[in-house]
Amino acid sequence: MASGEEDGAVEEKETNNKKKRTKSAIATAWLTFYNIAMTAGWLVLALAMARYYLQKGTHKGVYRSIARTLKFFQTFAVLEVGHCAIGIVRTSVIVTGVQVCSRIFMVWFITNSIRQVQNQESVILFLVVWTVTEITRYSFYTFKLLNHLPYFIKWARYNLFIVMYPLGVIGELMTIYAALPYVRRSGMYSLRLPNKYNVSFDYYYFLIIVMLSYIPLFPQLYFHMLRQRRRVLHGEVIVEKDE
Amino acid sequence: MRQCEVEILDAKNKEKLLLLDKVEPSATILDIKSMFHKSNQRWYPARQSLCLDPKGKPLKDEDVLHQLPVGTTATFYFRDLGSQISWRTVFLTECIGPLFIYLMFYFRVPFIYAPKYDFTTSKHWVVHLACLCHSFHYVKRILETLFVHRFCQGTMPLRNIFKNCLYYWCFAVWMAYYINHPLYTPPYYGEQQVKTALGIFVFCQLGSFSIHITLRNLKPPGSKTKKIPYPTKNPFTWIFALVSCPNYTYEVGSWLGFTVMTQCVPVAFFTIVGFIQMTMWAKGKHRSYLREFKEYPTLRSPILPFVL
Repeated sequence: MASGEEDGAVEEKETNNKKKRTKSAIATAWLTFYNIAMTAGWLVLALAMARYYLQKGTHKGVYRSIARTLKFFQTFAVLEVGHCAIGIVRTSVIVTGVQVCSRIFMVWFITNSIRQVQNQESVILFLVVWTVTEITRYSFYTFKLLNHLPYFIKWARYNLFIVMYPLGVIGELMTIYAALPYVRRSGMYSLRLPNKYNVSFDYYYFLIIVMLSYIPLFPQLYFHMLRQRRRVLHGEVIVEKDE
Repeated sequence: MRQCEVEILDAKNKEKLLLLDKVEPSATILDIKSMFHKSNQRWYPARQSLCLDPKGKPLKDEDVLHQLPVGTTATFYFRDLGSQISWRTVFLTECIGPLFIYLMFYFRVPFIYAPKYDFTTSKHWVVHLACLCHSFHYVKRILETLFVHRFCQGTMPLRNIFKNCLYYWCFAVWMAYYINHPLYTPPYYGEQQVKTALGIFVFCQLGSFSIHITLRNLKPPGSKTKKIPYPTKNPFTWIFALVSCPNYTYEVGSWLGFTVMTQCVPVAFFTIVGFIQMTMWAKGKHRSYLREFKEYPTLRSPILPFVL
């Protein structure tokens, strides 16, 4: 509320400004810690996967070995939706929400619950994609918060996704598709009639709907990233021209 | 009286769209919109948003020219609101859908359930009762839309009819499928549960109707002055003492009754989603009441007494 020229109004404004500055300092400190922690986490994942493959020579069993770490760090990312919601990060809550939801879904409701797909190549595909993407993304945010952004991180953030996104989607879709027969056979997460809630749910058809929903959703996220890329790189060009 | 000049500019690119000279100072915004419509056939008055400021709030149709802070030359900024559709049409379409959809499921029209159930009727009496209640609710809404409601704003964007109909019709399908399913399970507490739920439902339907009638009688036809609704002799309106938008309260109550009556999760979902939406609407209405009237009763909450 706007304060008029009353006694103490100027002091009130100063205290409010101080409060705002402390709040943003706390927010910056927390976000810096968060992004450093997430970068470290995904680096650990990357190293663990590389080490397993070098030692065992096969990708079978990689998922099992990193499952716990993956679940921990991927679930932690739910906080990012909170960051957008309270405004300390200026991204749309819906875009972040959709991204995080799809990750949580893949980790907890596909690879975690359907053991038979855990050794599929498509799982390795999306794990590698996620690892590369997340390390780039979180280190980008970290450096940005520390006001020292090396150009190659910025380049990676706004260019790697062009290849990574589609590859990740392919990995995810192939994994869900591979899971379908096992879901159908086991009838997992499904509720049949009759029951006292008078509702039914078929996980098998739900997964098919999820796969179909990639068709409208993926292009939207992809073009959102492309637009961001154009804005960042385009902005850069204008600055150079002035100089 | 001296005549005024009216200039209409595009709000986005400030280009001159129309210059009207010899406009009476007693002309209303609606008159100006009609004049604008004459020269631009595409933009009928309901589609026009005229503001004093390119980023300002739209002026009301009944505002009079000489009462606005303009000189003898008035400049208005125009924004196209897009194709419009009347509230009445939207309400009717979104209600007729669920009415017929539910009946199709109730009569077990072919291709919904297994062929051996085609055109059979449920053996549970609660299913018949539910059909009666659901149909009654939507028939009541249709009749209210035709004869009771007075819409202060005539139109809404065309896009809304698709959004609204999708919502109502899809939920109607989801609810009707399970309630009228051959494998439907009647409520756990049997007759007691159904009778209590029916009581709640009927009570809230009567309440909702009373509120709609009260709101209609609040102002004479055509008048756009806003008034605070107060409790009347009708006991169902006494809730006005505690709530700003009892029409929403009674609506949630009706659907709560229907949920308990049918003991069906999709109905519960519909009730919850409806409750969330109506709470948002009630809060907005409550806020505008507070802004408009300094003497607005402080005891009132938007939708739930004392709570929300």
